[in-house]
Amino acid sequence: MIIENLKNIVDELSMFDDALEKYEYIIELGSQNSDIDESYKNDKYLVSGCSSSVWLYCIKVDDKLFFHSDSNAMIAKGLASIICKVYSGNSSSEILSSDTKLLKELNLSEIITPVRQNGVASMQRYILKFAKDFEDGC
Amino acid sequence: MKNYKDDFDFFKNSDNVYLDSAATSQKPHSVIEAQSDFYKIHCANIHRGLHTLSDKATQMYEDSRTLCAEFINAESSRNIVFTKGVTEGINLLAHSLSAYDTVIISSLEHHSNIVPWQLYDKNIKVIEVDKELNIDYVNYEKLLFENPNSLVSITHISNVFGNENDVKKLTSLAHKYGCLVHIDGAQAGAHIKIDVQALDVDFYTLSAHKIYAPTGVGLLYGKFKLLEQMRPYQGGGAMIKDVSFESSTYLDPPHKFEAGTQNISGVIGWAEAINYMNSVDFLELIEHEEKIYSYALNSLKNLDDIMLYTNANNLKSALSFNVNNFHHEDIGTLLDKQGISVRTGHHCALPAMKMLGLDGTIRISFGIYNDDEDVNRFIEALKKSIDILRRHK
Repeated sequence: MIIENLKNIVDELSMFDDALEKYEYIIELGSQNSDIDESYKNDKYLVSGCSSSVWLYCIKVDDKLFFHSDSNAMIAKGLASIICKVYSGNSSSEILSSDTKLLKELNLSEIITPVRQNGVASMQRYILKFAKDFEDGC
Repeated sequence: MKNYKDDFDFFKNSDNVYLDSAATSQKPHSVIEAQSDFYKIHCANIHRGLHTLSDKATQMYEDSRTLCAEFINAESSRNIVFTKGVTEGINLLAHSLSAYDTVIISSLEHHSNIVPWQLYDKNIKVIEVDKELNIDYVNYEKLLFENPNSLVSITHISNVFGNENDVKKLTSLAHKYGCLVHIDGAQAGAHIKIDVQALDVDFYTLSAHKIYAPTGVGLLYGKFKLLEQMRPYQGGGAMIKDVSFESSTYLDPPHKFEAGTQNISGVIGWAEAINYMNSVDFLELIEHEEKIYSYALNSLKNLDDIMLYTNANNLKSALSFNVNNFHHEDIGTLLDKQGISVRTGHHCALPAMKMLGLDGTIRISFGIYNDDEDVNRFIEALKKSIDILRRHK
């Protein structure tokens, strides 16, 4: 399902030839994502390594994990919502066994700066850590 | 006025609106050629060889020192120490001015004028600024009174907001209290005719890459008697008179501060950048930059929701702003996607940002090559960026 989610987003982003339109779409994805509760906007959920503030948390429903995110910047919020969408709805073991290089499929290096790529990599690390914690029963 | 873009290869290869010259300037064709010619024709190490090539390279390197001295009206080339840039110049001072325990800085300093002092455990005193972000002279004099015989280290022009400090006034007040003065000229070199003797500063630092020269080169100007008293910064080749296993003796300044092989091609490239600057009518250049600056400022003021941080009348080169309700990064990224290069973030001045309660700003900054059309394209792209963000807020 992770691969399927990823493929959907890759297809969506590839519809745009123009970088500005691609960014507007990322912003749109973020704006469709409802804001998270203010109580999650604290250091515990703050993703370090992003140049703007990005908060990310996880909820487990049955054996599936669902990720939610927010940011004080609209592009970062869009990128975080993409990453959350890719991994949400999967079990912790599915997430942990997925290829971490999968995000390269998004060709983010073509559309976002190295600083933002680092931010996205940080978000991915947080998601993997959440999955690991659930797997370990924390 | 001539179109200076023609002198820069970058603009032949790109239609980018480059508004980030405060980070680094583009380089004239002649500078790139001079640096390349050094490697193609003259490549040899300096101050070492007996062969013709080495003599020639040494001559070119030392001629550049003379040009640099003339560029800032230093007493002589002996007052010019080549460095990697302002950052290394200040680290050198922090290391070598060991007798000075207290350093007085302003609230708007770049990290390079804060962290080196901390690394050497200096006692830092910070001058307050007024509501226009200019030095509060009452507070300054109070600090001087409380900390006589210390070192004052202040930027000539703020890299974030563009406020130009009155260096002459700062220096004469400091000297009254027995203090030495270092001025960080990183943002000034390309925009102000610098005269270190008229300013009477004790030290002055420059980064060449912001003045149309290659990266990795800079200078520390120092009054000679002070340079003589200072201990060397780094040890190694080319800075010694004699070495034994027990002890070593050093060359006179400036060479005692230039250990190891220097950035020879960079220094030679810098000479060409100075030649280029000398070929420009400086008064015309200053007038041109002032015109561009006020055109950009007024154009920004005409837009809704633009937040500016100073109304001072001594602004130059750099202009910081934000757009109400939107993150500086979002604006910067959308501008970039439209071919406009600006700087966003804290601009290596976190204490200044914290003082103003800001996460960061969008900064535009200018060079000799910028024109009204650049400002027009920037403003149009900015409007479009704001529209995109508003549509999805």
